[in-house]
Amino acid sequence: MAVLIDRDTKVICQGITGAQATFHCEQAIAYGTKLVGGVTPGKGGRKHLYLPVFDTVEEAVAATGAEASAVFVPPRNAADAIIEAIDAGVRLIVCVTERIPTLDMVRVKRRLDESDSRLIGPNSPGIITPDQCKIGIMPGHIHFPGKVGIASRSATLKYEAVAQTTAARLGQSTCIGIGGDPVHGIGFVESLELFLADPETEAVLLIGEIGGGDEEEAAAFIRTERPKKPIAAYIAGEHAPAGRRMGHAGTFNVFGAGGAGEKIECLKSAGVQIVESPATFGTSLRRILAR
Amino acid sequence: MYVYEHQAKAILSGYGVPFARGAVAASAEAAEAEAREVDGKGCVVKAQILAGGRGRAGGVRTARDPAAARAAAEALLGSRLTTAQTGPGGQRVKTVYVEELVEPSRALYLGLLIDRSAGRVAVIAAAEGGEDIEERVAGDPGILHRLLVDPQTGPDAAEARRLAQELQLAGAAESFVGLVDSLYRAFVELDANLIEINPLAVLQDGGLAAVDVKMGFDDNALFRHPEIKALRDEDEIDPVEIEAARYEVNYVKLDGDIGCVVSGAGLALATLDLIHKAGGKPADFMDVRPVASREQIATAFGFILRNPNVRAILVNMFGGGILRCDTMAEGIAAAVREVGLKVPLIVRAAGTNHDIAAKVLVSQGIPVAFETDMGAAARNVVAAARRGGA
Repeated sequence: MAVLIDRDTKVICQGITGAQATFHCEQAIAYGTKLVGGVTPGKGGRKHLYLPVFDTVEEAVAATGAEASAVFVPPRNAADAIIEAIDAGVRLIVCVTERIPTLDMVRVKRRLDESDSRLIGPNSPGIITPDQCKIGIMPGHIHFPGKVGIASRSATLKYEAVAQTTAARLGQSTCIGIGGDPVHGIGFVESLELFLADPETEAVLLIGEIGGGDEEEAAAFIRTERPKKPIAAYIAGEHAPAGRRMGHAGTFNVFGAGGAGEKIECLKSAGVQIVESPATFGTSLRRILAR
Repeated sequence: MYVYEHQAKAILSGYGVPFARGAVAASAEAAEAEAREVDGKGCVVKAQILAGGRGRAGGVRTARDPAAARAAAEALLGSRLTTAQTGPGGQRVKTVYVEELVEPSRALYLGLLIDRSAGRVAVIAAAEGGEDIEERVAGDPGILHRLLVDPQTGPDAAEARRLAQELQLAGAAESFVGLVDSLYRAFVELDANLIEINPLAVLQDGGLAAVDVKMGFDDNALFRHPEIKALRDEDEIDPVEIEAARYEVNYVKLDGDIGCVVSGAGLALATLDLIHKAGGKPADFMDVRPVASREQIATAFGFILRNPNVRAILVNMFGGGILRCDTMAEGIAAAVREVGLKVPLIVRAAGTNHDIAAKVLVSQGIPVAFETDMGAAARNVVAAARRGGA
């Protein structure tokens, strides 16, 4: 099934009646995503985009059998929306919302730890298995079914990598947007585990950036697991000034570490192929896969 | 967002964090008067800026008597203090904090921050504090002790006691456990992202005193803390950066000569790298957020057109699901119509509606050099900036 989602995945949208959610749900339906309903508290019983709207996630899951949820809820209520989905037993929760308070995500993470749910995001473009299912805000048309599994902290760099691997006729198995926030759901290690176990993925591309320790953890994982599939990585921010928040909250680091140079060295020493420039995602992966 | 030391101390005093006696002063006279209050043991006069590294930069001065405190305040007030954390321009000292001199038997490091891989608040501590703590930890990570806090229960007293033991705090252990508890409460109630006490003094009598405090808050949570938001000193942020935030762009001013406008934070970081690799220096980091409108993009692009340091501009955009290339192009065209374009403009557009974007710019007669490869675009803008400078 590629990774995490395929054409049979039933999806609901939390916050479906909002303007952004409506736009992206329309796009998802047009792409072929099996969107089966939505949740907006107080609007239960109505129809939106010809789909049933429910007051709670629990009701939506009971009525539709949904196993995934796209969270399009404003920052101040987003954490509670994610927790509601966890409590309702939603297997995969994708949170697009930007600017959620970090301590709210600490609370979410604690609840995730004792559940079977997985979270993608927040501040993530979402997840897509080309030509099958798209949950999030990414432009569907640049994707092409194929063999590269992509996990990225940045949305636009992921789009670059997608467009270039499409142009190189390699295509993508699944693309996961980890998101740009300091405390988030699925990281590189979990993405690697999924892609390595997926027969359709022939190579993995990790797109990282300064700040945090996701890249270092991935390197440690690769060193122990010694995967047979080739793994490539690009790290942005080698020349970013220190001590500043560069767009993503996750790029800001308090206590040393998290520099791009260290991350690159760490990944290189674990046997990861470093993509030197965001202009060469396609050519680099083609070369790596030809070996 | 960071607050000044004196503000952090006022906030944390409310949580029972122990401090030496002190007060903020905006004039040399006030500093002298406060020094008279603390009397006898002498005092420390500390420049109030929103950055660390003050001690090494001469921003913290010991004064034996009120006259010396006055002289120290006179020297500091109105000066610009440049530390390892301020950037080359430094920060202007508008107030000083005059504090009773404490003579610790020991000085520790204690901090609270978000441990990102654990997704929890971490209490970190070292047996020896000081301004060189980051370098010492880089050299030997083992000197930093760590305690992760379960958000459902708060700090575990037994674990805090173990931390105190690792720090060899003997007699001060119980005060330390109480301090960790107070700091954690402040951290979560106020949505902090950093509380750093460096040094934390162990006094002769076994008590504790937080000598210097750095406190930062989560910008994304300020909506629920108007009292914290009101403490923001906008003088210390580049006015253009403040204005830019209103137009759905993330803008950071840099000291080079190549203006950069990029769709998305990750691509913007990558674009800075490409410019550096091509031998150039960016004048800014500008990440246009997906929700930005044509009008907002026009205003933001105007900042770059008006920046006198800019000798060439690179627009690097990938049209996504929300922000399309044609919207970016219309915003750029509107800004050029209003402000004028005096430097070379290189545009690399890919993704949704990249072809329409090119038509928008060409049809308005804007002189643009188009590139499809962003590596080539970076090389060209660096070459153009050099020509402009010659």
